[in-house]
Amino acid sequence: MRDRTGIILGLGAFLLILAYPVWQALGSTADPARPALQRSVDPSGCVEDTTYMVARHQDLLNTWRTDVVRDGRRFYPATSGKEYEMSLTGTCMGCHTDSQAFCERCHAYADVTITCWSCHVAPEGL
Amino acid sequence: MDTSRRRFLRELGTAAVGVGCLPLLDPARWLQEAAPVDATPSTTQWAMIIDLDKCRRNDVREACMSACRREHNVPRVPDPEEAIDWIWTEEYQHAFPDQVHARTAVAWREAPVLVLCNHCTNPPCVKVCPTKATWKRETDGIVMMDMHRCIGCRYCMAACPYGARSFNWRDPRPFVERDAGDKPLSEYPTRAAGVVEKCTFCSERVRTGRPPACVEAANAVSGAEGALTFGDVTDPESDVSRILQSEPTICRRVSLGTGPNVYYRVSRAPAPATDREGA
Repeated sequence: MRDRTGIILGLGAFLLILAYPVWQALGSTADPARPALQRSVDPSGCVEDTTYMVARHQDLLNTWRTDVVRDGRRFYPATSGKEYEMSLTGTCMGCHTDSQAFCERCHAYADVTITCWSCHVAPEGL
Repeated sequence: MDTSRRRFLRELGTAAVGVGCLPLLDPARWLQEAAPVDATPSTTQWAMIIDLDKCRRNDVREACMSACRREHNVPRVPDPEEAIDWIWTEEYQHAFPDQVHARTAVAWREAPVLVLCNHCTNPPCVKVCPTKATWKRETDGIVMMDMHRCIGCRYCMAACPYGARSFNWRDPRPFVERDAGDKPLSEYPTRAAGVVEKCTFCSERVRTGRPPACVEAANAVSGAEGALTFGDVTDPESDVSRILQSEPTICRRVSLGTGPNVYYRVSRAPAPATDREGA
């Protein structure tokens, strides 16, 4: 039982290190590195709300692709009741006109590589 | 109990054979297999009729081919081994090998013919694709490609008897034609290295009610109106149906049973000129 203090101290230090991501994130409320993204050209809003788009735009794009290419559909009925043409270059990039300042900047921040623009023609060129 | 070991084994074997034959009693199995392969015709089947005579003119074919390249950002790879073609010119003897005989005139053998994907009713490329990256679209009969899913195995290229598919051996972007602002001529996605591409009957135009780019371009050339006709063969009132009903037409390699949907109009073709400008 003579080692008790040492063990408790050691365990505490270990847990502290283990929880580094948690307390590091709690410590800094405003992330200075968060990228400033290009605002949409059209202020009337996106096809779905922002929270959904931030989290699920990749799924939405995959669904659009399947609907257009495989099932030959053209329009997406949004939750709001409006219909949008399912087109990456036409609809999405019509408002988010700069793939560098919108897609790439956030994806670089999130460290997720996108390959869309190796084929799709970005509005500001290749 | 007078069952011998031998008899027990024999009965066991008979019972196993009996159980194995049970699925044969299921009538659904027989009905399904009796149905022909293409028993589910699509509601629409886009088709094209190419006028052999009108398309012997160089400018007409060039109008079609360059319209296609511009519309789909088709790269012009200088190495012919790596060339990418959606619609191109083939000699008559290669486009219609089973129509050429020992006494076919040289002028005919070498007459230029415009060729593209036939969007077959029974496409062999679709059968071999391991990822369903190419498939026959049920809504309009177009043999589509999903570049996102193509893994570049090139089975489809081996299966296609018309050579209608091209493989991207390298990144095609440097070979895509640009405008003055260094932008590609069209918004159509370019492709990536390692995927197979081909004509899609301009699915992106057709879905908005416009004719394919080649059809529009050919018919805009003066004197070549009607060189290419596009329409729905399942609609008896369409232009293609009308021509197919009233004039003799041929298809490429019908004997293979692929059911091509690109037809060639031959009735008005006189003996070809002997010059070889188009060959």
